[in-house]
Amino acid sequence: MTHAADPAGVPDAAEFALAVRGEAAAWDRSGTLPEQVRKAVARAGLLGIGLPERYGGSGGGPAELGEVCAEIGGVCSALRGLLTVQEMVAAALLRWGTAAQRAQWLPQLARGDRFAAFAATEAGAGTDLAGVQTRIDEDGDHLVVTGRKLWITFGRTAEVFLVLGRTAGRPSAVLVEGDRAGVHRKPVEGQLGMRAAEIAHVDFDTVRVPRDHLVGPPGIGLTHVVGTALDHGRYTVAWGCVGMAEACLDTAADHAVHRLQRGVALAEHQLVRAELARAAVQAGAARELCARAGRLRGQGDPSAVTETVVAKYAAAGAATAVAGAAVQTLGAAGIAPDSLAGRFFRDAKVMELIEGSQFVSELHIGDRLLRRHGYRPAPAERTRTVIQEGPR
Amino acid sequence: MPTAPATTTVEDVLAFLAAALGTEVGPDDDYFATGLADSLFALELVTFVEHRFQLTVEAEDLALDNFRTAAHIMAFAQARGGAAAS
Repeated sequence: MTHAADPAGVPDAAEFALAVRGEAAAWDRSGTLPEQVRKAVARAGLLGIGLPERYGGSGGGPAELGEVCAEIGGVCSALRGLLTVQEMVAAALLRWGTAAQRAQWLPQLARGDRFAAFAATEAGAGTDLAGVQTRIDEDGDHLVVTGRKLWITFGRTAEVFLVLGRTAGRPSAVLVEGDRAGVHRKPVEGQLGMRAAEIAHVDFDTVRVPRDHLVGPPGIGLTHVVGTALDHGRYTVAWGCVGMAEACLDTAADHAVHRLQRGVALAEHQLVRAELARAAVQAGAARELCARAGRLRGQGDPSAVTETVVAKYAAAGAATAVAGAAVQTLGAAGIAPDSLAGRFFRDAKVMELIEGSQFVSELHIGDRLLRRHGYRPAPAERTRTVIQEGPR
Repeated sequence: MPTAPATTTVEDVLAFLAAALGTEVGPDDDYFATGLADSLFALELVTFVEHRFQLTVEAEDLALDNFRTAAHIMAFAQARGGAAAS
């Protein structure tokens, strides 16, 4: 694996990843990420890579953030997920929060004084988040949050949630501390992948929070606040997938070189070489697309939004394909309990679903391509309504 | 962040909108009314305005009137002291 010389946080991430590499399988098996590990991630300074130093972050750019996610993602998707949700909430606050909100919350997120979760999905609102029904009602100096959120990564342990809902019908986003009265968590166990990601369904039962917990005015909660969070989520997930693909490729190649069948190394078989060659190209292409997205993000180029979708789509697909190739090459070792390739084989499918499924990504990428060639899409009525409402 | 072009004209804004929306719009056309703007376009538009005019769009700036037409975008950028608005 290669990365730029001494970028912010990357050596720390590499060292941390190496130190915990042997523990990840046990976390997956137990379905939990121990608190001491979460605290250790914070002490290693890996939670605020993308935050400016004035907020306690490392001041890293997109390239550094990406490499850190690749390092951690190459060891444990759940652990990378911890970084992702923290970055998503921090990015939304950094971009759309008030000065007071940034000053209050960002240093806590960077230090890991509070672990965050992103609560958007509902039973009737997954891909189509415009359909959320959670209410964020105004009540004097307070807001009252009522709704049920599903599949919340680190929902079991989060100390603050960024919740998407509606205020007087307008999309809005609000911060809710996890210890507020009315916050109830139901752990999700035994899901296909990301088993150590402390996933939960979370009920917000008339939870009262101060009005200053609202992030951005009602009207921009989905398109901008949650949109920014999801954009960062896609970027970090994409790089995590690069780490997964590269780790699987390394494992499979080592096995192919050293595993003998009838006195001949697997590497001598052309079919095995072809499998590994395809995997190497897929992993390499994913890395380059992620790097391109990172460069565009660093440049403030508007095409970075779509190029991040491209990167995430490619990287999730690469992780799935390379993990599959690794399991195939490893044989029984690939399906054995605690196999890294086997674990990533399960995790990779999750990557193809979260932060925009592969189907949705294809629709968006195809739409942007065709628009450049004069295609006029059908009006996006729901989105238009959301945008036109605007803030008040 | 690399340097933005020295000046940004309404034609530059229109070129961005045409590429992003897949259709030509005029300086005073309300392109949101076309229904062609999707959720990711909202982020692309903010990023474009910030990059080209070298300014920061705050949450309170996101009133639709500031972004409803290319002419409104130019007026917003000039009011905010956008370095490259002309």
